[in-house]
Parts: sequence; structure tokens; C-alpha cells
Amino acid sequence: MTLDLILFLVLALVAIATALGMLISRNAVYSALFLVLNFVTVAVFYLLLGAPFIAMAQITVYAGAIMVLFLFVIMLLGAEKLAPAQVLPWQRPLAAALAFILVAEATYLLVTRARPTGDVLPPSEAVNTMDNIRQLGIELFNQYLLPFEVTSILLLVAMVGAIVLTNRQKRERK
Amino acid sequence: MLPDWTLWLEWLIKSLVVTLALLGGFAYLTWYERRALARIQARIGPNRAGPFGLLQPIADAVKLIFKEELVPAKADKIVFFWAPVVTLVPSIIIAAVIPWGTSFTAFGREITLHVADINVGVLYLMSIASIAVFGIVLAGWSSNSKYAMLGGLRASAQMISYELALGFSFATSIILADSMRMLDIVDAQKGLWFVVVQPVGAVIFWIATLAEVNRAPFDMPEAEQELTAGYHSEYSGMKFALFFMAEYQKMIVISAILATIYFGGFLGPGVDEYPLLGPVYLLIKVILLLFVMIWVRATWPRIRYDRLMSFGWKIMLPLSLAITFITAAGILLADLLNNQIYFWAIPVVSTIIGLVAVVFIYRTLRRLPYERV
Repeated sequence: MTLDLILFLVLALVAIATALGMLISRNAVYSALFLVLNFVTVAVFYLLLGAPFIAMAQITVYAGAIMVLFLFVIMLLGAEKLAPAQVLPWQRPLAAALAFILVAEATYLLVTRARPTGDVLPPSEAVNTMDNIRQLGIELFNQYLLPFEVTSILLLVAMVGAIVLTNRQKRERK
Repeated sequence: MLPDWTLWLEWLIKSLVVTLALLGGFAYLTWYERRALARIQARIGPNRAGPFGLLQPIADAVKLIFKEELVPAKADKIVFFWAPVVTLVPSIIIAAVIPWGTSFTAFGREITLHVADINVGVLYLMSIASIAVFGIVLAGWSSNSKYAMLGGLRASAQMISYELALGFSFATSIILADSMRMLDIVDAQKGLWFVVVQPVGAVIFWIATLAEVNRAPFDMPEAEQELTAGYHSEYSGMKFALFFMAEYQKMIVISAILATIYFGGFLGPGVDEYPLLGPVYLLIKVILLLFVMIWVRATWPRIRYDRLMSFGWKIMLPLSLAITFITAAGILLADLLNNQIYFWAIPVVSTIIGLVAVVFIYRTLRRLPYERV
């Protein structure tokens, strides 16, 4: 158990450090790279929790595909250097207030809801066997078919939107 | 519970063997490629250093180590330093899940012939492949040079586009094997390699991986005539050597993956009695597949960039979707109706679809004049 705890603490530190790095760095490419590290750390968290499928999907989809597209766009637009910060007078107090509310809420929920013998259901035994991908697929396509399909339609709409936008540009140029 | 120290030792030795095999393989792949290319072009190739030029890779390595390393003045120094490392590391760690055999007994314990046996093996390959883009993109960006930048952008666009077709051809073999574990995929090919059941899938995988490792005819990111050397234009000495190393290691690894998921991996006659034959069979298959890569490079001109993109999105993606569907439908029908005819319809229908795609390439991608938009 202690090894898990040490791993968790180190990973948590890395996750927080990379998240902060993403926010603080003034160069958009560095921000993107910090975000990649953060995603990879989260993937390792999933591994620690015994969910290799989610971990690999996290790396493939987020760290791989999405962040490469981010970098691609940043480089294509030449937008790596952020403009010097324009501080709006009310921005910082508002941010502080909102952050305080969030932390207070999270703490309250953590203290009240997350009891060690809490109501959270333990993962079913089948999920933790060597064959959990098959289990995942069966659950996804039986019990959660509707959310699954709705998600895919959402993605399809986004894709069609992108295609329509580029098409219009082409027509106008002609 | 911690594994005992002999297990740690076993893991360490196996990882070292894989890494060193890839490093040595890289060195001799350059020699192999230069000799084979020379033969195809009616030349002799490197034959001075040692017998048959076998010491040539060592001479090259020594030259590269002692070359002066230049860092462009306006480059982003940190990223410039890390980019070759980020390129090289995925090309080595991706080899961890490729099995080279079953297991044998030595020193009173059973030693398995693979580094990692995970149940999401294929997904691991996909995720490492998607990480591999970063090194090239970052190299292009950090050099702060137009050529390198264009090379990096081309590389990222190309690798993202072909990753989709790659993923679907992985999916085909997952469906056929009914598992994502590499050992199960190899086991499922006992008696019948997947290339027989799904030849189009193997071809799509092959083409997509050529694009993924930026090999000819898809070597747009480093097209010499347009971009001097693409993303690694500004690199010299050992940093350049790392890019070179990554490219050739990716070639080896990709050939090993293709051999594993479509050509029966370490399977071969007598491998059940003598498990140590497994690595030998795998090596033979890898060398043959590598020869095809070199052959392609020697004989085909580079494809134009807009055609490369339309080929990836308009041909490869629909075709890979179609064959995934055909494979799944064939297996399902054969199961439901209990008739093996449907299973054997998979290669037939796939081949027909593949031929349709070839006709489509001929009709649309071939004779269009370059349209400037």
C-alpha cells in the first residue's frame, strides 16, 4: 500500500506542477507541452487505478491526437508569443472569489461525502479481470448505448461543421 | 507484493536486449539499405570499410559523434535539445509489447520471450505512435527556420491523417483475433495468417505505416528538393544522428508489428517444440518486410503533397472503414448462420473493394492538374 501512496504523491505533485506550468508560461507552445505532460500524468493515474484501457485511450486521444492538433494550430498561426497581459481591473478579484467558492464547495463535498465506507459503488468484479476491454465494450453497447450514440452524433456535428466552413471559404474564393 | 529480484533481473535483461537489438539493427539497417539500394540502381554501395563494407555503420557513427554540433542562434534552446530525445524514445519503447516467442525454461525458471504482456497491447502501440509525432513537430518549430517549420507542419498533418487508417487496420486484426493482446493475436494466426483472411487490411497497414515513419514515397516532411532536409535541417552531429536513428528504428519496429499482426509473428514450422526458433522467424519476416520498404523507396517517386492528403482522407480512410465493416460482418454472419462460407467471403469482398479503390485512385487522383486554391 505504501508504494502506491508514494507513487500517488509523486504523480500528484507532477500533475499540479505541470498544470501550473501550463497556466504560467508565456509561450503557447510551452503551455501546450505542459498540458501534454499533465495528460500523460493523468494516464499514469488511471494505470495506478488498474484501468489500462482508459489510460491508453487518454494518451492516444488527448496527449496524442488533440494536443498535436493544438500545437499544429499554434504553429500555423505563429501565435506562440502571447501578448503582454492586459489586466482588467475587476478580473483578479472576481477570479479569486470564484476560486474561493470552488475550493469551499469541493472541501465541503470531500468532507461530507467521501467517507472511507462511502456510498460509492465498488467497481464490479468483472471489470477488474484480464478481459476488461470486452466487458467495457459490452457495457458501453448495452447499458449505455444511448449516451454513446449521442456522443458520436455530437462529434459528427462538429466534423460536418468544420467541413461546411472550409467549403464556404472555397466557394467564396472562386 | 513486490516481485523477487530474479524477476527484476529478467525484465532488465530483456529490456536491454530489445534496446540493443534495435540500436544494432539501426546501424546495420543503414548498411542493408545502402547496399540494397545500390544493387537496385546498378551500383555497388559501401564496400570499403571491412568485408562487404560491414564496418561502414561504425565509421559513420564515429564521424557523427565527432562532428561539430551547431545550435541556431534564434532557436528555442530547450525544445531544440529535447526534440531528438522525444523522437527517439517512442521508437524504442513501442517495441516493448511485441512478442518474439512464447517461453522457454532456463536456470530453473520459465523465461517468457516478450518484455511486456499487457491486455491492451494494440492500444499501447497506437498511443505510442500518436506520441511519436511530437518530436518531429517540436524539432521543426524550435529550429526557427522556414524549411524546418514547413517540414514539421507537413509531418504532423500527414501523421495525423494516416493514423486513422492505421487504427482501423489494427481494428481489423483485433476483430479477427478477438483480443487486443499481442500474444493472443499471434496465437489466433496458428495455421492461418491474417494476411490471407484480410489482404487489403495488411496493404492498408503497410501504406499507412510508410506514411507514419515518413518513408518514401511519403517522405514529404524531409523532401530534399523543396525543404533541404525538412524538420531536421538545422540539426547536426549527434542530434541529427538521433533523428536518423529514430527513423530507422521505427522502420524495424513497424515491420515487426506488421509481421506480428498480419504475418503470424514468431510462428513458423517447429516453433512449438523449440520456442527459441520464434525470434529467428520474426527476424526473417522483419528482414523481408524491410526489403520491401527499401524496394519501394528505390522504385517509386515521391507523391505530391495535395495528393498525399487526398489519398489519405479520400481513399485510405473509407477503404479501411469498409474492410473493418466487412471483417466484422463476415465473422458475425459465419457465427450466426454457422456457415464458414461467410468467413471466406471476407477476403473475396475485401479484395473487390480494394480493386474498386485502385480504380478510383486511377480515375480521380491521377490526371488532375494541380489546382491552385
